[in-house]
Amino acid sequence: MAENLEIKELDSVAVRFSGDSGDGMQLAGNIFSTVSATVGNSISTFPDYPADIRAPQGSLTGVSGFQVNIGAGKVYTPGDFCDVLVAMNAAALKTQYKYAKPNATIIIDTDSFQEKDLEKAAFKTPDYLGEMGIDPDRVIACNITQMVKDCLADSGMDNKSMLKCRNMFALGLVCWLFSRDLDIAFNFLKEKFAKKPGVAEANIKVIQAGYDFGHNTHSSAANVYRIETKVKEPGRYMDITGNKATAYGFIAAAEKAGLKLYLGSYPITPATDVLHELSKHKSLGVTTVQCEDEIAGCASAVGASFAGALAVTSTSGPGICLKSEAMNLAVIMELPLVVLDVQRGGPATGLPTKSEQTDLLQCLFGRNGESPLPVIAATSPTDCFDAAYNACKIALEHMTPVVLLTDAYVANGSGAFKLPNLAEFPAINPPYVPEELKGTWTPYMRAENGTRYWAVPGREGFQHILGGLEKDDKTGAISTNPENHDLMTRKRQAKINNIVVPDLEVIGDKDAELLIVGFGGTYGHLRAAMEEMNASGKKVAMAHFKYINPLPENASEVLKKYKKVVVAEQNMGQLAAFLRMKVDGFVPYQFNQVKGQPFVVNELVEAFTEIYNK
Amino acid sequence: MAYTIQDFKKGQPRWCPGCGDHAFLASLQKAMAEIGVAPYDTAVISGIGCSSRLPHYMATYGMNTIHGRAAAIATGAKVANSKLTVWQVSGDGDGLAIGGNHFIHANRRNIDLNMILLNNRIYGLTKGQYSPTSPRGFVSKSSPYGTVEDPFRPAELCFGARGHFFARAVATDAAATVDILKAAYNHKGAAVCEILQNCVIFNNGTHESVYDKAGRAKNAIYVKHGEPLIFGENREFGLVQDGFGLKVVKIGENGITEKDILVHDAHCEDNTLQLKLALMGDNDGFPVALGVIRDVDAPTYNDAVEAQIEEVKAAKKYHNFAELLETNDIWEVK
Repeated sequence: MAENLEIKELDSVAVRFSGDSGDGMQLAGNIFSTVSATVGNSISTFPDYPADIRAPQGSLTGVSGFQVNIGAGKVYTPGDFCDVLVAMNAAALKTQYKYAKPNATIIIDTDSFQEKDLEKAAFKTPDYLGEMGIDPDRVIACNITQMVKDCLADSGMDNKSMLKCRNMFALGLVCWLFSRDLDIAFNFLKEKFAKKPGVAEANIKVIQAGYDFGHNTHSSAANVYRIETKVKEPGRYMDITGNKATAYGFIAAAEKAGLKLYLGSYPITPATDVLHELSKHKSLGVTTVQCEDEIAGCASAVGASFAGALAVTSTSGPGICLKSEAMNLAVIMELPLVVLDVQRGGPATGLPTKSEQTDLLQCLFGRNGESPLPVIAATSPTDCFDAAYNACKIALEHMTPVVLLTDAYVANGSGAFKLPNLAEFPAINPPYVPEELKGTWTPYMRAENGTRYWAVPGREGFQHILGGLEKDDKTGAISTNPENHDLMTRKRQAKINNIVVPDLEVIGDKDAELLIVGFGGTYGHLRAAMEEMNASGKKVAMAHFKYINPLPENASEVLKKYKKVVVAEQNMGQLAAFLRMKVDGFVPYQFNQVKGQPFVVNELVEAFTEIYNK
Repeated sequence: MAYTIQDFKKGQPRWCPGCGDHAFLASLQKAMAEIGVAPYDTAVISGIGCSSRLPHYMATYGMNTIHGRAAAIATGAKVANSKLTVWQVSGDGDGLAIGGNHFIHANRRNIDLNMILLNNRIYGLTKGQYSPTSPRGFVSKSSPYGTVEDPFRPAELCFGARGHFFARAVATDAAATVDILKAAYNHKGAAVCEILQNCVIFNNGTHESVYDKAGRAKNAIYVKHGEPLIFGENREFGLVQDGFGLKVVKIGENGITEKDILVHDAHCEDNTLQLKLALMGDNDGFPVALGVIRDVDAPTYNDAVEAQIEEVKAAKKYHNFAELLETNDIWEVK
């Protein structure tokens, strides 16, 4: 038992809940994040769950983890390594200990470290701590399973149902470690199990038991960890995951544009939560169709767009492969469409639950013909809201499909989200065909910025036929005229090039010798690495791309301004390749990792320092 | 407001002379004029193939999209904007090969689409390969020694997907074609119209036995709900139930009178006999059934989607984005 735990006051701490995939670690982690966010801590979370549908109980492949980083100030990442590791069984300790800091506190359920459990987790001796080189003084070892059973003995619950509450005991214990107010957790559970008050009551009882256990056995160390709340931007906040923020962004854009929101989708990890979220909000008129396949998800969205809706399709990399055909149809028909790609590990089925940035080139170029379309990447869970809103705005105002890139890390992670005021968001004005053009209008007439007008069915006098075949610029009829095809190709390209996106922002040292460049979901890690290097006196700055196609107008100027530039991405160099193509003479250093896991800040600092010192 | 055929016509069709698409196009335009839905409230959505050029000759809204996806695209258009009358036009390759999945699911979901299947049992646009409706042994450019696979029978596929409407007409049989198109429009839900159509270039004569009036008099039966299933040049034959199947009988022989003849029931929920009618005529001594074979009311997907939205709107207290935000656990930083 950990008798000598010192009191720590930290800027941020990371807690990792781990156990069997049936142990409810995601729920425990979620509740803990909510509780912490509610008291004003900054949070960043990272659920790390197995791809197996349900691996054998207690096995090494079945371990599910949820890491949350809690900060007094701003935290940008879930933390590379955790300060507290909860391991609900032997397999969790075996696989998750590598994510723990050397002096981390380990909480284990000794009831799940019996001979059989150790065998399943491939321990060779009963001295599992010794085998892993863990100092027993750092371990809070308790017989959680037995205590949960005792606690619920009078509940009338069966054994299986009682065991489902083990996660809440661990949660209670962690709440005690951080002096968290249990009322918030209780409210969360009452709401979650509103229809099963018995379950809510049992869970609440067990959380309290876990908390009391911590209190009774370590009363002198009640504030092992104290995370002080620092004032951040005043306002009202909620905890939000990237996928939920994305869904909210779509809803907000539809409302702003005064259009019905249509989602055509097909379930796919890790994008499915967007389908789930949008399906809930029928009271806002959101229409979701779970289609027969990815192809129909996108194709039906194209149909919905033609019919006048804000059309969205959501998927991950494998789905993009299938949707590319209908995306291309939207390119040539010049109809608004937002394609959400929550990137995961590839190729093929790859690593369904893990995170990568390997779809960038697919989204930019993975279609037949000259097929330009805008690509936007969200940088954090909360940024998903803005990115989704802006993707819709660009699609609707420029009559084009837009790819919105997020990734498993950003989509499943969460952050404190300041409630947006929709009134403050820019208006969305699709280029509806002006009534005075009736009689002279043809489908490929363009507004000044090169955008085709939108004539929604139902408007008298604007009947027209669109399609996948090349059309005559003037008449809109099918045309194979070589000059016309060349012209139309250029017009489609020019329309995308004309889209104005915000300038690339540079943060960090003004006289930097090294510029760190990235895009999308790696923002937090790259920023943390930069801040660490700045803190040690190194002149480093950072420019992070949200808008990749078209590139911000100042991109070339920024990239050429610094002596050294390193492009860091979770692929083999796709952004670097694109930037080299777009910026003459640009030859960056590269940092590439394709592990399916978020970057590790220490590794980034090490790699960037090496480049810095060259 | 009354519409004429001219209100739905546009441009000069470019199909081969003698192609069944010409006749079908004229019938569709006539049917639309008689139905009376405005051209601006009508969308005609096709895939790719000879017949999928059809929207270009319509003065309605429309799309000539990508191969096989017409039903999926039409689904999105109808669900997003149910005020539109949507006609989905596909050939046998577009609808049943590359688009087979969308065909069955549009039927299963019962989207209110008028689904036209122009069946000439061949790929014409790619110049003569066998299609999923070509008979076993069919010789084509891609099957020089004959195919070694069985074809789909569209009705079977439609019924297997729980389709509630199936009708059939011969492209050159204008009046009967207009009739089934109107019936398809009047049916709320997915309505499949199989149009037997000739390809003069690559599969000439594929529906020869019923392609002209004389052939139909001999080899086809016009089925009509509530009327006895009688056919023949002199209306001398009829269909009766025979065990688990159907049988052709001659009226006046063996004491058979018109009263003994099976009366067509297109509205019967159970599709057993309707399927038997639909599958007749495959060199089996039975006539080819033409007309509305199945027409059963069922809730449509698009109506149900809208009804559910209204229901949830009434039940929930949040109806805009600002109210949605308030449904979350919120804390304040001052």
